[in-house]
Amino acid sequence: MSTLSIENISMRFDLPNGSHVQALKNVSLEIKTGELMSVLGPSGCGKTTLLNILAGFLAPTEGQITLNGHRVTGPDAERGMVFQQGALFEWMSVRDNVSFGPRMAGKREKDWAGTVDHLLDVVGLRDFKEKAVYELSGGMQQRVALARCLANDPDVILMDEPLGALDALTREKMQGLVLKLWKETGKTIILITHSVEEALLLGERLLVMAPRPGRVHKEYRLPFAEMGAGRDLREVKKVPDFAAKREEILTMIWDMEEEIMGRTEEAGA
Amino acid sequence: MIILIIYVAIFAASFFVVRFGVRKFRQMNDFTSLKTVTFGDESAVRPDRWASVISVVTIFLIWGAFTGSKWVPIHAPGPFIGDTEFTYTLEAPDGRRDDATVAVRVFTVGETVEDPVVEPGDGFAKNDVLTVGAWRSQLLLMDKNDEVTRDEGAKVIAIDGKPVSDGQTVAVADGTVAVTAKGSLNFAPTKGMQMEPIWLPPPEAVLSRLIEVSKQGYQNFTLWEHLYWSLFRVIVGFALGALVGIPLGYAMGLSDWFRGWFDPIVEFMRPVPPLALIPLVIIWAGIGESGKIILLFLAALWIMTISARAGVSGVAISKVHAAYSLGASKWQLMRHVIVPNSLPEIFTGARVAMGVCWGTVVAAELVAAEKGAGMMIMVASRFQLTDIVLMGIILIGVIGYGIDILMRKAENWLVPWKGRV
Repeated sequence: MSTLSIENISMRFDLPNGSHVQALKNVSLEIKTGELMSVLGPSGCGKTTLLNILAGFLAPTEGQITLNGHRVTGPDAERGMVFQQGALFEWMSVRDNVSFGPRMAGKREKDWAGTVDHLLDVVGLRDFKEKAVYELSGGMQQRVALARCLANDPDVILMDEPLGALDALTREKMQGLVLKLWKETGKTIILITHSVEEALLLGERLLVMAPRPGRVHKEYRLPFAEMGAGRDLREVKKVPDFAAKREEILTMIWDMEEEIMGRTEEAGA
Repeated sequence: MIILIIYVAIFAASFFVVRFGVRKFRQMNDFTSLKTVTFGDESAVRPDRWASVISVVTIFLIWGAFTGSKWVPIHAPGPFIGDTEFTYTLEAPDGRRDDATVAVRVFTVGETVEDPVVEPGDGFAKNDVLTVGAWRSQLLLMDKNDEVTRDEGAKVIAIDGKPVSDGQTVAVADGTVAVTAKGSLNFAPTKGMQMEPIWLPPPEAVLSRLIEVSKQGYQNFTLWEHLYWSLFRVIVGFALGALVGIPLGYAMGLSDWFRGWFDPIVEFMRPVPPLALIPLVIIWAGIGESGKIILLFLAALWIMTISARAGVSGVAISKVHAAYSLGASKWQLMRHVIVPNSLPEIFTGARVAMGVCWGTVVAAELVAAEKGAGMMIMVASRFQLTDIVLMGIILIGVIGYGIDILMRKAENWLVPWKGRV
């Protein structure tokens, strides 16, 4: 089994005024292939930084990342990313967006056309493939972003609050889609979110991070993702254990936020 | 002043007529009709096409009315044209007085005119004749045929019975008569409220001049050659500016060394109006084609550089990240993400640059040129051919507007995603 391992990562940002921010401190994790992990935490806990390091957009000040035994040194097609706002290329049609990865890899159309059409089917955008992406709604754009990521067949999919900008109903549908894709493709998925509910639904493993310095606060192993795959997510939410976990984690994050507020007040006083 | 009042009156009247007359029976229950004006929201206020049509018609109406155009049914009172007369009373040094009549014929400038024929009359002051062009005035040495002249001490003491002294002006039928300091008379016929063609020709004169110039040409070149040369200079100058400016802008957006090196130059040159460079360009390159193209090149260059730079720097970092994590190489990122992402900015710059180039070429031709739209109106103004000047201005305006429409069409076609992200 190949794994993504995070070995003792620290990240320090030096600010122009001479001070610095410890975004991450001594974070270590081992993520197995096919795992679905959600990451939760108050703002400033370094979860986006962690994702950017995993994607290779940032180099950690200490520690290293290895995927399948080799060290991660920069962005690569083996680690796909889905962004909060889609980050689609609006000068391309839906189909050109989805086939971007294979095309950049120099594959011929006959080699990727089938996969791309299949993925557009899966995300329900078959009839929109020749449309320009700016003609689509926010939810549809995010589905294009998912399909575009999958078309590249990455080993790991990193999602940075991919559903954060969507309305509640679309969001719930998309959560179902993410679960379905995870089950069907067996990809390793790491998903960052602000929503406790989403983290519970979309995480076999749930990582709660704490700020200042950014670190892993607590880790859960949850049954809800398995439960929710191919089922109505609202049923999962009714499970008593779900509500209990949600309360527990919400309280945890609330306490952290309070602590931050308290500290800022002290600093201000 | 009167024209302004009339203009405002037509503006207000047509507003009420269109709003409460024409629109009375039309339903206004869509969302936009309920929208209050939101500042900065362009969609909140849409041009009323009726207003645009009436606006253009009004301009022609006022233009025609105050120039005596045949196209317009109503006119402002025109200048007096025809025959009139006034009398003056001459006093001899010995106290004798005698009246004489001046027969005046006012004619349209440019037409041939014959002097009116009059009897000399009785007494020592003899009747005179005077021809004067409309809008002009004419000095009358009334005593040159009189038996007692001013040199001998004769003096005009009254006009049409009204006593006058030197330097005074009196109103007579269809005009005014001024007594000059030396005692001669100066007749000015009534001007009315219309503009003299030499100041503002009526619209049909401009049109007929346009037809004439387009058939026969002007100053050794046909109209189309004049316009072609102006356009040719703009396009070549703009193309060269874009050819250098866009890569330079890209380099400045991508490399800090290029950015640092060219920033002072670009930021310094940007606020210098291209017109200020005309003297220098003439010194360096003369008044030929190369000088004009260099000028337009400089006019377009900085605008294109800055817009290309903004287009590159404006790419969302998440798009760059997305392309990288989809396996794009640096070169592929450039070709498939950065270049297309910068196109909307570049098109905005191109539209501005074309407008500036068109304005600059006309100005440059005003200064020195053998051919071109600007040269045409400059030469025409030296000969007071106001109709050609107006024709040139209208053509320059129409072409400038046409260029902008074409650029917008090209923009919609080439970068349809502009402003829709």
